[in-house]
Amino acid sequence: MRERVRVTGPSRRTPPAARSGDIDAETRLGGVYMGSLLREQLRLAIRVLLALTLGLGSLPLLFHLAPEVTDWRLFGVPLPWLVLGVAVYPFLLALGWYYVRRAERNEQHFAELLEGGER
Amino acid sequence: MSAGDAAPGIVAIVLVTLATLLIGTWGLRFSRTTSDFLVASRTVAPRLNASAIGGEYLSAASFLGVAGLVLTFGADMLWYPIGWTAGYLVLLVLVAAPLRRSGAYTLPDFAEARLGSRAVRAVCSLLVVAIGWLYLLPQFQGAGLTLRSAIGAPTWVGPVIVGLVVLVNTASGGMRSITFVQAFQYWLKLTALLIPAAVLVAIWLGDGSPGTGSAGAAGDWSVPLAPAGGQGLYVTYSLILATFLGTMGLPHVVVRFYTNPDGAGARRTTLVVLALLGAFYLLPPIYGALGRVYAAELAASGRTDVLVLELPRLMVGGITGDVLTGLVTAGAFAAFLSTSSGLVIAVAGVLSQDVTGRAFGGRRLDGITAFRVGAVLAVLLPCLVAVSAPHVGVAKTVGLAFAVAASTFCPLLLLGIWWRRLTDAGAVAGLAVGGLGSGVAAGITLAWSGDHGWAGVLVEQPAAWSVPLALTTMVVVSLMTARRVPPHTGRFMVRLHTPETLELGRG
Repeated sequence: MRERVRVTGPSRRTPPAARSGDIDAETRLGGVYMGSLLREQLRLAIRVLLALTLGLGSLPLLFHLAPEVTDWRLFGVPLPWLVLGVAVYPFLLALGWYYVRRAERNEQHFAELLEGGER
Repeated sequence: MSAGDAAPGIVAIVLVTLATLLIGTWGLRFSRTTSDFLVASRTVAPRLNASAIGGEYLSAASFLGVAGLVLTFGADMLWYPIGWTAGYLVLLVLVAAPLRRSGAYTLPDFAEARLGSRAVRAVCSLLVVAIGWLYLLPQFQGAGLTLRSAIGAPTWVGPVIVGLVVLVNTASGGMRSITFVQAFQYWLKLTALLIPAAVLVAIWLGDGSPGTGSAGAAGDWSVPLAPAGGQGLYVTYSLILATFLGTMGLPHVVVRFYTNPDGAGARRTTLVVLALLGAFYLLPPIYGALGRVYAAELAASGRTDVLVLELPRLMVGGITGDVLTGLVTAGAFAAFLSTSSGLVIAVAGVLSQDVTGRAFGGRRLDGITAFRVGAVLAVLLPCLVAVSAPHVGVAKTVGLAFAVAASTFCPLLLLGIWWRRLTDAGAVAGLAVGGLGSGVAAGITLAWSGDHGWAGVLVEQPAAWSVPLALTTMVVVSLMTARRVPPHTGRFMVRLHTPETLELGRG
């Protein structure tokens, strides 16, 4: 038999914790919190964009400087076609997936930091 | 062209048109308020929304243009679909969630809320309309080509039909009905390219896979950057910059983000979009490569934009050829309809807020009427130009729209979201420099085709110089006018970057 259990959480009507008050009042402490969230998210974005630039942006230069690479074949298909036509798309998706996970985690940390005063 | 040849094309176009109108009318039952019209009252779930974004985004350039470019120019052209997909990754990491959290309807709304300036808003509205028209033009031209190729109609018929269907659809149901239509059209486009590709590849294998084996036979074609050297390298990098950064500045892309429920939803939607686009873009290069073997005369005659439409009949006859031709024609038609609908909604939204919704001589149109009048204006001009102007190449023209978007809205969004010291004066200066630079280059390219060495290359692919120029201008002028930083900037940053679940003052 399953039993019904009433699940309760902290009331949503409690006034905002002291730390979110700092952000609302734009005090220096609030500024520090906001600055840290912004920096974390921007750093994450730059990491992903750097991986994108290095992973994809280097390819034209590679084909330009080392043309012999373009003669390589895999299953009879020239390597550039496999890389540019197929492999890039899973790579982009993986970068996006990594970003979404990390960005949500950053926001959760920020939320915990602000609500920390209550617990 | 005999009547029998035209039959599959006619059937396909009629079916797609009917399905579009039907789904659109069905959506009409849900559309009641102005907010429904503009952003579907912001209640679209990520997966439906992602299909709709994919359906809207995969335009004539993706469906027809890429295969044609690959047929003519070979491996370098694979950068177009890569850039169009990677643009969403850049949008995801830099813009998606904050843009949704800004709570604005359109790009001009965002600019005005962030900088508190009517002047910035006016410049943005002008740019949205300009980019929208530049992007609509190749859609209408592609429609003309498709109808000529499929049913032998004169080239003015396509733009007129697409224009009318889009008008009926957007003016009747707005954003809400369009969301269903476009989600449907993504899957239609994928199917319409996937099934014929599978059949054609099977036929190619059955023929003993001609065209492979001897690398020498393919020559320069299969090798990236083979012919052009330094210029080729510049063109490729400029294209990468334009597409990676331009996506976030396209009016119809940005409008879609306001229909997400919250910032986290916007991120997840974008992730699904990345997967949908990647799946689609695996297909057009297959047509390009097969066309190299079976449709060499198309490349020679320069009619490469119709490759996808004509390849099935060139490779297989009889009823199979007819059915496959019907499928690709349906997909192509869906491509024009969905992209044009999205663009018309975006342009009409801006026009209705800033032009047709204003009071003229004491009279003022109500919200929905203003939107409808805006939609008519949004369709009319590019339709007229498409009928009268010479054809430049679908993917090329779309590339120019990307370059203008990358040179204007990309710097504005990046700095507006991540840099507190942006000022209204800096924004206007940067938008003017980027917009004029890339816009003049686009105009010259459309009017002055041919090979002109480095000058031609710099004008045809302006992004590599116009984006850094616009960005630098925006930063320098903002620093020079530091007193004009809006007082609500801190509050606005809180709104852009904090999760909606936190109880914070968001200005």
